[in-house]
Amino acid sequence: MRERLEQLNKEALEELCHIGNSQLVQDLRVKYLGKKGRLTEILRGMGKLSAEERPIIGQLANTVRENIEQKLEEVKVAIEKKEIEAKLQRESLDVTLPGRPIQVGNRHPLTLVIEQIEDVFLGMGFTVAEGFEVEQDYYNFEALNLPKDHPARDMQDSFYITEEILMRTHTSPVQARTMEKMEGEVPVKIICPGRVYRRDNDDATHSHVFTQIEGLMVGENVRMSDLKGVLLEFAQQMFGENAGIRLRPSFFPFTEPSAEVDVTCMCGGEGCKICKNTGWIEVLGSGMVHPRVLEMAGYDSEKYTGFAFGLGVERIAMKKYDIDDIRQFYTNDLRFLKQFNRV
Amino acid sequence: MFVSYKWLANYVDLTGISPEDLAEKLTRSGIEVEGIEKRNQGISSVVVGYVVSREKHPDADKLNVCKVDVGTEGHLQIVCGAKNVDAGQKVPVALVGAKLPGGLKIKKSKLRGVESKGMICSARELGINDKLLPKEIQEGIFVLPEELEKGQSIESILGLDDAVLELSLTPNRSDCLSMIGTAYEVGAILDREVIEPTIDIQESDESIEGKVKVSIEATDECNRYMGRLIKGVTLAPSPMWLQNLLIAAGVRPINNVVDITNYVMLETGQPLHAFDYDQVPGGNIVVRKAKTGEKIVTLDDIERELDEEMLLITNGEQPIAIAGVMGGANSEVTGDTHNILLESAQFAGSSVRKTSRKLGLRSEASLRFEKEIDFHTVQKALDRAASLLAELAGGKVARGIADAHVSTPEENWVPLRMSNLNNLLGTQLGIEEVEKIFTRLSFHYKVDGELINVHAPSRRKDITREVDLIEEVARLYGYDNIPTTLPVGLNTRGALTREQGLRRIIRDIFNAMGMDEVSTYSFTRSEIIHDFASIYKESEPISLAMPMSEERSLLRINLIPHLAETAAYNLNRKQRNISIFEIGNVFITEEKNITKLPDEKMTIAGLLAGNQAEEHWGQSNIPVDFYYVKGILEGLFTRLGIKGVSYKGAEDLKGMHPGRSAQIMIQDKKVGYIGQIHPVFAQKYDIDETYVFQLDGEQILHFATAHTGMIPLPKYPEITRDIAVVVDGGVTADELRNIIEKTAGSLLESVTIFDVYTDAKLGENKKSIAVSCSYRDLEKTLIDEEVQKVHDKVVAALAQEYGAELRA
Repeated sequence: MRERLEQLNKEALEELCHIGNSQLVQDLRVKYLGKKGRLTEILRGMGKLSAEERPIIGQLANTVRENIEQKLEEVKVAIEKKEIEAKLQRESLDVTLPGRPIQVGNRHPLTLVIEQIEDVFLGMGFTVAEGFEVEQDYYNFEALNLPKDHPARDMQDSFYITEEILMRTHTSPVQARTMEKMEGEVPVKIICPGRVYRRDNDDATHSHVFTQIEGLMVGENVRMSDLKGVLLEFAQQMFGENAGIRLRPSFFPFTEPSAEVDVTCMCGGEGCKICKNTGWIEVLGSGMVHPRVLEMAGYDSEKYTGFAFGLGVERIAMKKYDIDDIRQFYTNDLRFLKQFNRV
Repeated sequence: MFVSYKWLANYVDLTGISPEDLAEKLTRSGIEVEGIEKRNQGISSVVVGYVVSREKHPDADKLNVCKVDVGTEGHLQIVCGAKNVDAGQKVPVALVGAKLPGGLKIKKSKLRGVESKGMICSARELGINDKLLPKEIQEGIFVLPEELEKGQSIESILGLDDAVLELSLTPNRSDCLSMIGTAYEVGAILDREVIEPTIDIQESDESIEGKVKVSIEATDECNRYMGRLIKGVTLAPSPMWLQNLLIAAGVRPINNVVDITNYVMLETGQPLHAFDYDQVPGGNIVVRKAKTGEKIVTLDDIERELDEEMLLITNGEQPIAIAGVMGGANSEVTGDTHNILLESAQFAGSSVRKTSRKLGLRSEASLRFEKEIDFHTVQKALDRAASLLAELAGGKVARGIADAHVSTPEENWVPLRMSNLNNLLGTQLGIEEVEKIFTRLSFHYKVDGELINVHAPSRRKDITREVDLIEEVARLYGYDNIPTTLPVGLNTRGALTREQGLRRIIRDIFNAMGMDEVSTYSFTRSEIIHDFASIYKESEPISLAMPMSEERSLLRINLIPHLAETAAYNLNRKQRNISIFEIGNVFITEEKNITKLPDEKMTIAGLLAGNQAEEHWGQSNIPVDFYYVKGILEGLFTRLGIKGVSYKGAEDLKGMHPGRSAQIMIQDKKVGYIGQIHPVFAQKYDIDETYVFQLDGEQILHFATAHTGMIPLPKYPEITRDIAVVVDGGVTADELRNIIEKTAGSLLESVTIFDVYTDAKLGENKKSIAVSCSYRDLEKTLIDEEVQKVHDKVVAALAQEYGAELRA
């Protein structure tokens, strides 16, 4: 019996050395150690052994079982390792192939700029006011100190629908309407974004429709120095914290004193193609609200003052993104629109 | 306005100030200088030469060989190709070594074997804008006045040692439409004195009385009319200095009489007109409005029909000029003219503007009248011109002026309070500083405590109230010197309104779903405006009174045509997958001719075509279909918290596929539609299978709800049961879902349709729908028997309502 056990031990260990896959490991376990396996079969003869022999053979049988089991485990681990390695080998990818396209759309560049500007002024306590694109002549002109026979009011320059109704030529009527609605209350702190219309032939720098943002602040003791402060804050948030502003006297019927405002170019003022080497880009029109405009809106111009400013969104977008043709904004070429996909 | 630097220097000392300095200073204080043009475009060593002789070139028909005396260098032999060169002329000669504009250098050369030492120049070769010169001079060499001295440098003779500043004037600063007005501005900026020209007029013994009679009938349109009679003038070219200044100002020299009127207009801002006195019978001038149908042949030989709004100068009978716009041919100054009736008048700006617009005649004169001229300059200009006619055209000025005027403007005193000035600007200016500024401006003033009473000169019509004076102080003090502060005590909360915030969220959602935002024009054309069903009450299209083109003559009432055109544009550029949206206004009215503002409807529209995703090596292309687009809207509505959305098949939406379109309802209110563009319309726009949606933005924002808090996560497991039923093809998914929801009651948690198919084996016009029902009790663990009871009821109800057969 001892010989049979030793023989079994030898055979089993030898057979296990030549095994290549995990299923065969299982088969061999059954073959040697299973209920009907060879070890069990040998041990069936235990009953015939003497009392002295029984513990010795028993111990030998246990050793054989342990040997085989240990070997089985070793082989199994080795095989599994090999199999995983093979699987990983099979599964390896060409990581340079392109990934699956997850599509994200873009805002229109004009929307990007509008929202950015809105956020700057929201941060300074302004709210956003909106009005009508089709306006009454009164709000578009008269309430803004442009009486009926004013030379700046030429039928040729505006899209009239009737004598009294036209496409607004600026977003200033929103200011007039807002002030009227406030009925003399202060402070008024609004910005007004929106589409405006001029009778221009479309070319690289002109568009019959474009986007404007105007701002208005009215209250007690609003000063021109405050206008400079607010616009400097705007310039630094839009064009970088080192940006400066420069005011030049100008004329608008609804403000006095009036100023054109230049902002330091994105080149940092060193001069480049975008600023035509001046270091400055012309960005805003602004001024102190004309007392007549305040009076027409029902404000006491002796008590209240205000400032107003206006800018063209296309112009800022063109400068900011170096866009050379204003028509791009309305052509909606996807190859153009998809470029505005970064923060 | 073109301002010659040299001319300006006649009135204000410009020593030490270069044209560039001057331009910068003007721009920084409110008069924008658009450009500076050096009159010398790069010439040197060009002198006056005298053509001693001209002979034909022996070997070239078109060339002449000239002997030219240039003073110091003796007689030069120069070969010249110009037709008009001749002996006895004074001409500009570029000497050997001379430079001409464009970098041309003159060298000794041989032309067809004949030596040439220099070049006789045309005006263009000298870099002069020859459009302002007579035609014969444009075509050949520049023949100079005989009296010039040989050898003189051409630069000073032609006024090329000058620079011209182009002013871009704002409408309030018409005072700078004159050299003297500009001089006052420059004087204020530089703090230098302005010297107006002295007018020295030698009147003859002959009185104007009885020879010229002036009367104004149209007193609203003409406030003053003055005339002078100048007899015995000789028409001739003006002296070079005068011609040079006119050319610098962009005005064509014609003859001494016309040139003087133009010169004085440019100097003073007062337009003048010269009539041939002998063609004005009895010297009788009547200023009146035209009669309907009245006609006049103007100086340009065109007969013009007038209307009763136009102002005329007549001889009592016939019109002899359209006031402020153009003279008549019947009284024109010609070579035979000896006696001049000179007009200087103040016509109303609005009248001149209307007339010049109507006739399409705009001139330097009408431009100045339009901006309203200065009452006090009318006579000054008349006298200045008369004195020059005497000096430069040999005329004798008759004694006295024929004058008619309606009213004299009052003196303009405007009070300025120092406190208002400093409060508005945020400055702390002292009264002396402000006084200094008014002195620089040549404004008279009187100080009374903190009040300064300022007399605004009549040339500065823009100054009428306190704030106008504050602006003057501010711009001369310098905007850069005003402090930079932030508003005090006006703190307010800045926030978007609910609607503004939601609009940004809608953009975020569409962007996240891969849709690009577009921005299309608001104007459209009649051929496409009605192509697609409106989501609003039917609207009359609103037309522009004066569109730029038919293409953009109507206000849009629908966004779909614009998106379809955008799709076509991109398809043509090989952009096959299109996924775009626009949020914009459309303009809705019921009125045929609007009398009140239209409804501006914020509209949300989208268009998708091509594949759902960009082409990829690892997956097949899935085309966009109805359900893809519907999925986008479902996602939008979920994110906006909009509940109670339903889709109703719509067969009659204009421009849309009858079987693949649906009205979108929110809580039974129509808010828009979704569907495929009808193939016929797709063809019209040259696009393929395309899906669109259009929503009433106001309604969408109205139904959006804020997040209302968290729903607790379930504690007990759910049990799901799948059913597949065969029903008639016309039964909708919503109908089945409704029955299931109604029958199952509170245990039903959700219904998911997971398969739909049709097959001949199912029977004619039948379809199979497979539904997964999920049941859950929030209070305890469900047991199979409970679910089975409910589920059996559901199956029974489906069978009863829709004859649904359960499939194994």
